[in-house]
Amino acid sequence: MSADLALRLDLADLYAAYGACLDGGRLDDWPSFFTEDCRYRLVPRENHDRGLPLSTMDLRSRGALLDRVYGVKSTLFHAPYYQRHIIGPARVTGRDGDAIHSEANYLVIRTKRDAPSEVFNTGRYIDRVVRTAEGLRFTEKICVFDSELIPNSIIYPI
Amino acid sequence: MTAIQTPPNRSKPPPNWDGSGTSRIPAWVYTDPDTYARELERIFYGPHWSYVGLEVEIPDAGSFKRTSIGERSVIMVRNRQGAISVLENRCAHRAMRFCQERSGKVKSFVCPYHQWNYNFDGQLLGVPFQRGVKGQGGMPEDFSLSDRSLTKLRTAIRGGVVFASFDPDVAPLEDYIGPQVLRYFDRTFDGRKLVLQGYSRQRIPGNWKLMMENIKDPYHPGLLHTWFVTFGLWRADNRSQLVMDAKGRHACMISTRNTVVDEEVAAVATSYRANMQLNDMRMLDIVHEPWWGDPTVCMTTIFPSVVLQQQVNSLSTRQIIPLGPGEFDFVWTHFGFEDDTPEMTDRRMRQANLFGPAGFVSADDGEVIEFSQQGFTQDKDFATLCELGGVGVGDADHMVTETLIRGMYRYWREVMDL
Ligand SMILES: [Fe+2]
Repeated sequence: MSADLALRLDLADLYAAYGACLDGGRLDDWPSFFTEDCRYRLVPRENHDRGLPLSTMDLRSRGALLDRVYGVKSTLFHAPYYQRHIIGPARVTGRDGDAIHSEANYLVIRTKRDAPSEVFNTGRYIDRVVRTAEGLRFTEKICVFDSELIPNSIIYPI
Repeated sequence: MTAIQTPPNRSKPPPNWDGSGTSRIPAWVYTDPDTYARELERIFYGPHWSYVGLEVEIPDAGSFKRTSIGERSVIMVRNRQGAISVLENRCAHRAMRFCQERSGKVKSFVCPYHQWNYNFDGQLLGVPFQRGVKGQGGMPEDFSLSDRSLTKLRTAIRGGVVFASFDPDVAPLEDYIGPQVLRYFDRTFDGRKLVLQGYSRQRIPGNWKLMMENIKDPYHPGLLHTWFVTFGLWRADNRSQLVMDAKGRHACMISTRNTVVDEEVAAVATSYRANMQLNDMRMLDIVHEPWWGDPTVCMTTIFPSVVLQQQVNSLSTRQIIPLGPGEFDFVWTHFGFEDDTPEMTDRRMRQANLFGPAGFVSADDGEVIEFSQQGFTQDKDFATLCELGGVGVGDADHMVTETLIRGMYRYWREVMDL
């Protein structure tokens, strides 16, 4: 099997596992998809396109991701909801050193307890992925979302 | 054959608010469509100043930003002399909202439907086929371009912040805000050039006044926003001040973090739960800026349309755009100053994690507003109890009072005549 094909399969597994983790509500496992010095950003498309630095979430280490998980679980009052991630095929867009640049479209459907399911957030992941002893991990994940008008609040990671 | 009936002047009499107080607010204030229509007329389109944006958002001649005052779409644009106009986004021909981009730069405004063409001051420059084609058709003799300008709003700018009003008789902005609150407005917007850092937008299913109340309510931060308390940013005994304008419609909540807690936060951030500290302490890397003076937090409400936020190093304007009695858009514009170092910009962006639609101490405000609205909707005979600190209205030097909310409704009852 060619190295390229193997990489594509590994990326497909990575995105599938990532979505399954969030959809399953396994928040505690979410930081383990990232390297120690990672960066996670959730950014409205208008800010991204105009080069404006403001993010909806901007976490700059795995520690900051753990802090987000703690905040969601222990301090941030919110109505509970399910997430369902539909993630499109990953596209390798480049490499630098050992890192792979990869992009994928995503659609997140939110289902609140007493309401029908609704399109919640949609956009694309712009990622930087590295191989580690544990497999592929994100060193950077930027979720650039088209759905700029957020239906009230975003609590869980995308 | 049925006779066509003339509709009555007023659809029905307004609901009744018993007594003259404002400490028990009836549910219909948040849900009644007629009351909401009256708010649009008397408040948003009446003699009040509404926030439109920051000057820095439209740097050049022809730069524009589209937004709304109440439910009317408006455009803020810079003309060739550098002055700012606020124009209604509605073609004077057939009412089209001709501007659909949120921002950009144009040579003039052209309504695509029939190519009516306006300058940056809203004047109609020309219409196709005004004199007809080969002597046929065309506009009537008495048609005059000058009769068909875009609605041009009164505009006022202070410290780089742009306000507008549909009412030509609105008081000067400085008188409108009043000296008590203007002092704190000027503390942030003192003429330094601002830098735009980006936007967040939320649609919150609640009455627009609930957001004003939220930022006039110092009772809740230490209770709802557990994150604040856990990491030592909030204590009920923080030195604080509540300030209102003479009419009670605008307010500031000013507080100074206890320096003892400051040091604890800097060291280990364990002030409230012995084993709790952030894994990444940089989110609380707070650096005092000289212009703050003593206070570390100042939250200002300028009735009816904007909240001005200074929460340590994080700065934003939060615009309220009502969309009916049960819904509003909440638009955050984060900014810094031209002389910020890259480190300060970074710091403002990290602290922005506390605010906005996903913020550690803001996402929950949107949630509680949604659920309050649900409660108002389920029983029109309900009235709130807003009596912390009594039933009166006045400034305070502590946080254990709902006086600012009572102040806003005192003014609301007056202007609404309800
Ligand atoms: Fe709050």
